[in-house]
Amino acid sequence: MSKEYETVIGLEVHVELATKTKIFCGCSTAFGAEKNAHTCPVCTGMPGSLPVLNKQVVEYAVAVGLATNCTITQNCKFDRKNYFYPDNPQNYQISQLYLPICRNGGIEIETEAGGKKIIGIHEIHMEEDAGKLVHDDWEDVSVVDFNRSGVPLIEIVSEPDMRSAEEVIAYLEKLRLIIQYLGASDCKLNEGSMRADVNLSVREVGAAEFGTRTEMKNLNSFRAIAHAIEGEKNRQIDLLESGEKVIQETRRWDDTKESSHAMRSKEDAQDYRYFPEPDLVPVIISDEWLEEIRSKQPEFRTQKLERYEREYEIPRYDAEILTGSKKLADIFEATTELCGKPKKVSNWLMGEAMRLLKEHEMDPEDLRFSPANLAKLIGLVEAGTINGTVAKEVFEQIFAEDIDPEQYVKEHGLAAVNDEGELRAAIEQIIADNPQSVEDYHNGKEKAIGFLVGQTMKVMKGKANPGLVNKILKELL
Amino acid sequence: MSLMSLTAVELGKKIKKKEVTVREAVQAALDAITAREEAVNSFVTVDAEGALAQADEVQKKIDAGVLTGPLAGVPVAIKDNMCTEGLKTTCSSKILYNFIPTYSSEAVLNLQKAGAVIIGKTNMDEFAMGSTTETSAYGETKNPWNTGHVPGGSSGGSCAAVAAEECSYALGSDTGGSIRQPSSFCGVTGIKPTYGTVSRYGLIAYGSSLDQIGPIAKDVTDCATILEAISSYDPKDSTSIKRESYDFTSALVDDVAGMRIGIPRDYFGDGLDDEVKTAVLAAAKELEKKGAIVEEFDLGLVQYAIPAYYVIACAEASSNLARFDGVKYGYRTKEYDGLHQMYKKSRSEGFGPEVKRRIMLGSFVLSSGYYDAYYLKALRVKALIKKAFDDAFAKYDVILGPAAPTTAPKLGESLSDPIQMYLGDIYTISVNLAGLPGISLPCGIDSKGLPIGLQLIGDCFKENKIIRAAYAFEQTRTYTHSPITESNQKEESK
Repeated sequence: MSKEYETVIGLEVHVELATKTKIFCGCSTAFGAEKNAHTCPVCTGMPGSLPVLNKQVVEYAVAVGLATNCTITQNCKFDRKNYFYPDNPQNYQISQLYLPICRNGGIEIETEAGGKKIIGIHEIHMEEDAGKLVHDDWEDVSVVDFNRSGVPLIEIVSEPDMRSAEEVIAYLEKLRLIIQYLGASDCKLNEGSMRADVNLSVREVGAAEFGTRTEMKNLNSFRAIAHAIEGEKNRQIDLLESGEKVIQETRRWDDTKESSHAMRSKEDAQDYRYFPEPDLVPVIISDEWLEEIRSKQPEFRTQKLERYEREYEIPRYDAEILTGSKKLADIFEATTELCGKPKKVSNWLMGEAMRLLKEHEMDPEDLRFSPANLAKLIGLVEAGTINGTVAKEVFEQIFAEDIDPEQYVKEHGLAAVNDEGELRAAIEQIIADNPQSVEDYHNGKEKAIGFLVGQTMKVMKGKANPGLVNKILKELL
Repeated sequence: MSLMSLTAVELGKKIKKKEVTVREAVQAALDAITAREEAVNSFVTVDAEGALAQADEVQKKIDAGVLTGPLAGVPVAIKDNMCTEGLKTTCSSKILYNFIPTYSSEAVLNLQKAGAVIIGKTNMDEFAMGSTTETSAYGETKNPWNTGHVPGGSSGGSCAAVAAEECSYALGSDTGGSIRQPSSFCGVTGIKPTYGTVSRYGLIAYGSSLDQIGPIAKDVTDCATILEAISSYDPKDSTSIKRESYDFTSALVDDVAGMRIGIPRDYFGDGLDDEVKTAVLAAAKELEKKGAIVEEFDLGLVQYAIPAYYVIACAEASSNLARFDGVKYGYRTKEYDGLHQMYKKSRSEGFGPEVKRRIMLGSFVLSSGYYDAYYLKALRVKALIKKAFDDAFAKYDVILGPAAPTTAPKLGESLSDPIQMYLGDIYTISVNLAGLPGISLPCGIDSKGLPIGLQLIGDCFKENKIIRAAYAFEQTRTYTHSPITESNQKEESK
């Protein structure tokens, strides 16, 4: 490569909002229901039906706008975007073009070099999601499932301020965390509740003008985003190096092939014939309403980090991991509230919980157990009712099925044996059965005691109080 | 005298007094339909069985004292662009030939709460696009005054059904004059209420920002009574307005003393038929005699209303009608290869020529590069027209003029020249653009024996002023039944 190139990236991020009902009707937004179970005349585009805006959508959009330093459009409107596709029951999407609800914001990210950088947000607008086409190749038919039709979305359009995949990931992680903290969405890329389209162009370092950009779609993970950016950057540089031109087009990323292909060029781009939605009135956000939303903004990560160190006296490292997920932070705070032992709670979450998440390839946002059960578990360990090994076993059950540990321990007879007489009898037998180990111990091999403890635990089916076993062993030896 | 020659309120009274049963009233309507439908073709669907079943239900409620309103038990016909649960709703289009809604429009529900019995769905211009009811996929409706003439449109079926006395009253919808112009042509009375007064939920949209449902009946009293029943604040329609009052019948007073009535000179220029002009000005004189202060003024901008209307209504229609694609309901072409062809063939075969013309016009004015020049400019004209009316209503309580430049044209005359047909809406269209209420009522019969309509326009939410003026004028004449009903009545009496 003879020249040096710079990559210029802007993102369009779609986020599904966590409202209970859809944006323009009262149907449930719950995921995974029977096909077309959550539909009505409005979200299936039946003739004569009319949309009515869900107020919660406006509140979430404004909350995200405030958290990303946007100016809120206090008199905003909806527009119709016209295009034909069977997943779009009215053959137009109600969206916002002329007066989006938020504009001119930005968030700060940390760059690789450790510096800080502001990524500008051009606008945030509200819109409705489409249904889903399900193709049945066997029957050679397609069916439409409108459960997702009308699920509220916000689209967050950044400025072309990012210069690398790392910056893109940092921006997305920051954005995701802000939205999760607001409770506005769970932002799961793999389930589609957060979707990012990457607009990318390259130019020679120092060039004043941007190069021709492409738009990449179908990116379902941070890994896919990073790989797609690398791939597209190289593809565009190769084109320029060989004297060819980059064509403005939409490309689709294929995750299994690790490559992209052109979907449609600018020439075939549709004319969406946007015009103001006549079935909805302008959304007026009064100063009072705006203030009310502002006053309900939650504590964000920076404030939480500082408070965790101060109030819970946990190390910065712990605080960073715990606040790195809204769900984790919530569980941490609620459990600590119940049991009053922040460091113990932190240890469980950072140790066992993270280990199990990794093992099951899950995100912290997927955690489903109740803080009460973790608090009870910590209580059982503290009281010596169960030992550490048993506790880990019980935690796995809490993690998987949110069981009540007290009941579980009782039902499965897992309480630690604290009866000295019972333990002494068992240990006497172990000593009698393992003369070699006893001799080793007396010869100064400290490790031999470990073997004897292990044997005792085995006989006691893991339930012996390990402190007590050690104490009795040492006495008898 | 046939039950069907009574007004809705008169029939309602007889039912209440147990002089007539609901079943008798409904049967009378069904008999009239049997007798005259072949000549008039007002209906797309007649629901005889359903109507008789409803009649018995309503009778029980009347007997139990649950239904006491003026419209309880009175048979009504509904324009076929309002959804009726379980009853086919076609918009007089092939593309909805088999569409049976699972819900009823709010206006229909309101009527049913008042005890109305729906006897059928009336014919209309396809998707309410037209001024003659000739663009229907189910054959044209004929004018009961002379079956060689059109009834007007797009609510031509509703107006003809009222004039032919096949129902006691009907609901229509008005986007650019679709209640007032056919009311004028058929010699009946119709009100287009202030935008937002009657819920649009369940009304299959043509031009969403202009559409309004309204009553069509024999007289002003009926219309005020029906309007009172159908109007409501409906949270399901975001453009529905919470009005301070839904009382329209208290305006039925024969007193216009001191009422200021403005006559726009712009409405009496070229293109206005002399006989219509004479009859309308004579009506103004009658009101003046009753003490109203009548004067001429210049409204302005009248010539811009039609182009602005066709840009806005067609733009909205091009999008509103996109959902009729053969995917979910309605007509789907028999043979196709792939999605694109399915769309194209279903829509090409399902829509008639006038609808296609307006979809193309609407798509064009919204397309990139033309939006500012057409659509935005039309919105500006709309705002200026509203302003011109605001200025006028600072001086006048009511604006008086013709409902249409001519009486009903002959069948087949209008469609051959769409521009001429569009110009026929000149006096009604600006009322929709400004969101105002308007009423059309009979004020004479021309030398061809066709009715002439008078239009009274009010400021937003001032229905009561036009109802009052219309009622006062109405007291100076008697209702003329259309000839088709007379011949039938003679036969009945033989």
